[in-house]
Order: sequence, then structure tokens, then C-alpha cells
Amino acid sequence: MTPLQLFCQQLANGLTLGAIYALIALGYTMIYGVIQLINFAHGELFMVGAYVALTLVLLSSAGPLPSGIPWWMTLLVCGLGSMAAAGMLGAAIERFAYRPIRHAPRLNALITAIGMSFFLQNALMLLYGATDRHFPNPIPLTRWEVGGVTVTLMQLVVWAASGLLMVGLQLLVMSTKLGMAMRATAQDLKACALLGIPVDRIIATTFVIGSAFAAMGGMLFGLHYGTINFHDGYLMGLKAFTAAVLGGIGNIPGAMVGGLVLGLLEGLGAGYLSSQWKNVFAFLILVVLLLFKPRGLLGERVADRA
Amino acid sequence: MPALLEVERLTRRFGGVVALDDVTLSVEQGETVGLIGPNGAGKTTLFNCVTGVLRPDDGEVRFGRGPMESLTGLAPHDIAQCGITRTFQNVRLFSGMSVLENVLVGTYIRTHAGLISSMLPSAEARREERWAQDRAMGLLELVGLAGRSHEMAGALPFGLQRRLEIARALSSDPALLLLDEPAAGLNAAEKQALLQLIEQLKGQGLTTFLIEHDMRVVMPISDRVVVLDYGKKIAEGPPKLVQENPRVIEAYLGTSTTVNREP
Repeated sequence: MTPLQLFCQQLANGLTLGAIYALIALGYTMIYGVIQLINFAHGELFMVGAYVALTLVLLSSAGPLPSGIPWWMTLLVCGLGSMAAAGMLGAAIERFAYRPIRHAPRLNALITAIGMSFFLQNALMLLYGATDRHFPNPIPLTRWEVGGVTVTLMQLVVWAASGLLMVGLQLLVMSTKLGMAMRATAQDLKACALLGIPVDRIIATTFVIGSAFAAMGGMLFGLHYGTINFHDGYLMGLKAFTAAVLGGIGNIPGAMVGGLVLGLLEGLGAGYLSSQWKNVFAFLILVVLLLFKPRGLLGERVADRA
Repeated sequence: MPALLEVERLTRRFGGVVALDDVTLSVEQGETVGLIGPNGAGKTTLFNCVTGVLRPDDGEVRFGRGPMESLTGLAPHDIAQCGITRTFQNVRLFSGMSVLENVLVGTYIRTHAGLISSMLPSAEARREERWAQDRAMGLLELVGLAGRSHEMAGALPFGLQRRLEIARALSSDPALLLLDEPAAGLNAAEKQALLQLIEQLKGQGLTTFLIEHDMRVVMPISDRVVVLDYGKKIAEGPPKLVQENPRVIEAYLGTSTTVNREP
């Protein structure tokens, strides 16, 4: 492998991980945008998505469904199913845990979010066990050599799924009525309510979308690594949160960029230093970047929020 | 003229402070009513109770073109749906959005396309979108901002931000517009333009209820003026009479007292 090929290979690997980070980071950033809450339970919603997808994959391969369904159909159904489940769970968490204390001091909501994270993590452990679960992968092991760089069908699926979702989100936020209401709510919730915008519904929708994106990230994570464990959500959540901060928390394109940058840094760190040092490398870059750009890469207007 | 807004025996306390004390007033259809009073008299608290930002401790707010409905206990967005919108003492625009988008947000409640249908290119949704765009542009023309519709709202000079906020409040076609100190921070020319705008809206039949400190603004445009002092209504009537009312003068200037000097 020439140095250039090695570089490109690490780039491809990093991009795959980065796409998953970006999907999770979007939920952090959107929820922070509308109610200024760091939803610490978000990493667990990612795991819920992974486990629901696992359940659906197992059902479809061992269950009563006719065999011979194309792999992409199985994935589509599993993906949509886990997005729907996590979306509903996210909305329920917002409705019953966060909404009653929305006007309380911010620290209360933060502690509630941490509590919710523990609750979900332990619920997953009770439901699915504490050991690693094998995640069967319906995607064929097709691989291509492009100029000495190996690209798998798995990677293409990750890129396509996350790319489609992100483009869709961008369209939704920038050019629909709902998206406009979401942006307005993020800027001034009270003024929005006084214009007649049903802000509670907008916030609930934000939780649905954010949680559904995390769930898709969870399924892709399971497919990519082949095993999942109930506490995987902790580190992935932390990394995705880091990505959101890296891009500028509250900023949607920022979360996408932050996720991809973090994934690339990890990929390159793993390739050139050691894969055991990839987390150190990623977090070190974060610390250095925030020293010089405290608002993240695509800095959010924090000062506007008086 | 029938009443559009009725405030009856409204009371609101903040701890030991009685911000509104048994206030009763009404605004009739087509009227422009000024609400004045010294700082801390409870003017903004009254607006907050009417728009649902605060719950009154006692009393009722009723509103309606025709049959009156109680607004007490409704959420702010429901009250806005009923047809009351407002501006703020410190302008609260969506500063990171364009001038046009700020006004479009206000049309949200007058279009019906839901979450799914607004994403599908249906004829109905497109018609509504065109309607909202036309309405927003019409309002921007009215306040003189049509040429700057694509600028960021936060980048506008302060005087224009105030006008944009009025356009945004008008975008849902309210029956009652509440203006909280619309002239604060404006220069003489901007105040003049604001007066013209309010006159123009009045000509279109809009009912306006405004808080204002500047007597040169509130006196010429108000049909009636209500005066609050320490949460109580102390006077009400045509601007001229209110201005000469000794209790009002006292509230603004204080009483004259004779000081006895001991020899």
C-alpha cells in the first residue's frame, strides 16, 4: 500500500464512522437548539434504535416471513421500524420527563436527562442481557477496489443512508413550514408562542426527528461492528456530543460537519498512530479547537440569546 | 361599538407586590386605546396576562368579535389563534432569519397544511404557500421593508426592526394588536413614521391597544387613554381630559407638600 492509498483507506473508514457520529450529533444539536437541553439520554436512544433494529433483523431472518426478500428491503423495514420506535420513545420522554420541568432551572432538566440515560441503559440490559449481542448483517459482503482502496457495500450503505437523511433534514428545516417554525422556536420560543406557533408540538417533533436519526445511527453502528452491547450508547453518545460541540452546538450543518470531522480524525489517528489512541487523538483535537474557536467550527450565535 | 376585549377585576401578585390590583377595562372594536402610567405601574404585566404569558391570580379576560370568550387559562399560542398578537418592549425578532421569514412565521397559524402535506407538492399546499408569501410581502410593503426582505432581521437598524416586528404581529391577521412601547428608542423621524403607520392601520379598521411612555405619541393617536399607577386604574377617558386629571399629574410628577420648618 502506498502512503496515498493508506491515507485514502483511512479516509474512507473515517467517513463511515463520521457519518454515524453525524446522525447522532444532529439529535443533540436540534434538541439543544429548541430547548437548550443537552439530552444525555440521546446515546441511549441510539442504543434503543440498535436493539430494535437487531430484533427486527432477527425476526425477519428467523421468523415467519418468507425468505428471499432482498437484503435492502429487510434493511429498509428494520431501519424504518427502529426509527419509528425510537422516535415515539423520544417524544414520550419529552412529554413525560422534560416538559413538566421545562420552566424549572436548567440544571434540573440536565439531571433528569442523566437519570433518563441510566434508566434506559438498565432497561436495555434487563431486556437484552448484559453480554455482547451478535448483530447479523443482511448486507452481502461485496467489496470493490478503487485505486487500491477497498470500499465495501456496507460502507456505501452507511454513506447513502446517512447522506439521504441529512439532505432530507436540511430540506425540511430550510424549506418547509415546519422547518421554519423549528428555526423560529430555536431562536425565541416565547415570541413564537405569542405568534400562535404550537411550540409544544414543534418541540415534540424535534425529539421525534432527533431520536429517529439516532436510531438509524444505532442500526448502522450494529451493522458496521457486528456486535452491540447495552452500554455502547455511552461512549457513542459522548463522541456524538463532542461532534455536535465541535461543529457548534445548536447548528445543524455544524453537527454534520462535526461528525464527519471527528470520524475522519479518528480514522486517521487509528491509521497513523494506533487504534488504541484514537479516542485520545479525537478529544485532544477537540480541546485544541475549542481553545481557539470556543463556539465550534460553524459557531452558533450564543450571544444572541439574551 | 361592541367591546372586543374585556378585562374584569384582574389581579396579579408577584410575592408581596401587587402588580395589578382589581383592574377593569375594555377595548372596543376599531378603537385605539393607550395604556400609560409610571414605570412599574403594571402595564406590561397587564399585556402578559392578556396574552397568556402570565396567569392572573384573580379576574378574567374576555375577547371576541361577537360572542365573548374567556381567555383565562389558555396557552399563549391558543390566544394568538383567537386573534391577539403583540410586539415587545425590547424587540424580539428571529434575528438569524431573513426579514421575509420573520413575517412568514406569523402566517403559520393561518395556513392549514400539516407536517406531511407541507412537504408534498400538492396544489393546496402550493396555493397556501403563495398566499403566505403574498401576504408577507404586502405587509413588508406596508411597513416599508419590501426592498430588504432578504436581509437578516438582526442586521436591520433598530427603527426598522420595530417596524418589522409590527409586520410580523400583523401577519396572522389579528383582530387586536398589542404594542408594548412601540416608540421606545426611536428618533423623532421614526416616531413620526410610526404614528403614520398606526393611523394607517386604524384606517383599515384594526383595533390597537398600546403601552407608551411618550405623550407625543400616545396622545394624538389614542381615542381613549387608560392610566395605571401601582397596579390600579386611576383614570380613563379621552386624551385631553386624562392629561388634565390631577390624579394623573400626581402619579407622574408627585404631590406638592408643604414643609414646616421649626424655628
